[in-house]
Amino acid sequence: MAEPPVRLAQAVRPGDALPELAVDVTATTVVLGAMASRDWRPMHHDRDFAQKRNGVRDIFLNTPNQAAWFERYLNDWTGPYGRLGRLRFRMRDSVFPGDRMHFSGRVEKVERDAAGCAWVEVALRLAVGERTCTECQARVALPAAAGDNPWRRRGDDWRP
Amino acid sequence: MSLPDEVRAWIGRERYRQTGGFDVERGYVFTSCAAVENGNPLFWDEETARQVTGGWIAPPAMLSAWFRPHHWAPGRSEVAQPLQVHFDLKRALGLPEAVMTDNTIVFGEPVRPGDRLETWQVLRSVSEPKRTKLGEGRFWVIDVEYANQRGEWVGTESYTGFGYRRGA
Repeated sequence: MAEPPVRLAQAVRPGDALPELAVDVTATTVVLGAMASRDWRPMHHDRDFAQKRNGVRDIFLNTPNQAAWFERYLNDWTGPYGRLGRLRFRMRDSVFPGDRMHFSGRVEKVERDAAGCAWVEVALRLAVGERTCTECQARVALPAAAGDNPWRRRGDDWRP
Repeated sequence: MSLPDEVRAWIGRERYRQTGGFDVERGYVFTSCAAVENGNPLFWDEETARQVTGGWIAPPAMLSAWFRPHHWAPGRSEVAQPLQVHFDLKRALGLPEAVMTDNTIVFGEPVRPGDRLETWQVLRSVSEPKRTKLGEGRFWVIDVEYANQRGEWVGTESYTGFGYRRGA
């Protein structure tokens, strides 16, 4: 395989926008995501249950699968040297089959911690049309410069 | 409205320490990556994994998956629940419905195929009764801690849940 792409922290600036990603959600998306995260609860695969017990229109994406979508979105941007330190997300509305998810993100901060690790704070959004479904704040470590690798950090050198 | 003594006693206490029922394995890594079309070569290309992370790792966001119980297991009569403290709260507070509203995950040592992880749960707080568009209930915060078989911290998940009774 070709040399993997490397996004360096020194090339990232506050205000940078991540390329947008659009995904059409089907029932398969929801069920596959629930099963992949080993979430067997019926509101993620049984429409009758979701409607009658949760009072929503259909089955909906589960929380761990949304984390996986945000991780994928960040991985697309950082490449394999990007190392996730922290994800914080807030669900405001549900994502249902038939929805088109739009992921977007903007760099808020680039900093170096006391251990020398380069961190990028990114504000991410999952929206369906004008409706914000989930907001996510991510802290991801990038190589500070060529030759650096955040994955080599352990113990006190890793402060997510 | 005051909290039941049973619930107050859970706050700050480590509960449900357990070791994962199976080893971290690559089959689930592929299923998880395929579900979100994650093409990061760390999870698909051995040479990249060796060069960047010193070998295969699991996607960090899969952390909770390694502890979700099987839907069925021989000899078990009740459905096992992940995040048991959450379900304990629903029962103890008489709140039949619940949703997760906020989730923070902090990642430590990478999780690798063959790891057998350990976890435990700590209830951090329970709010006063609140009314939202879903109904009347309470918010709570639960931390789930994870370590590997060498005792190294691999992550912490912090969940905010809202348990409620649907409005009439």
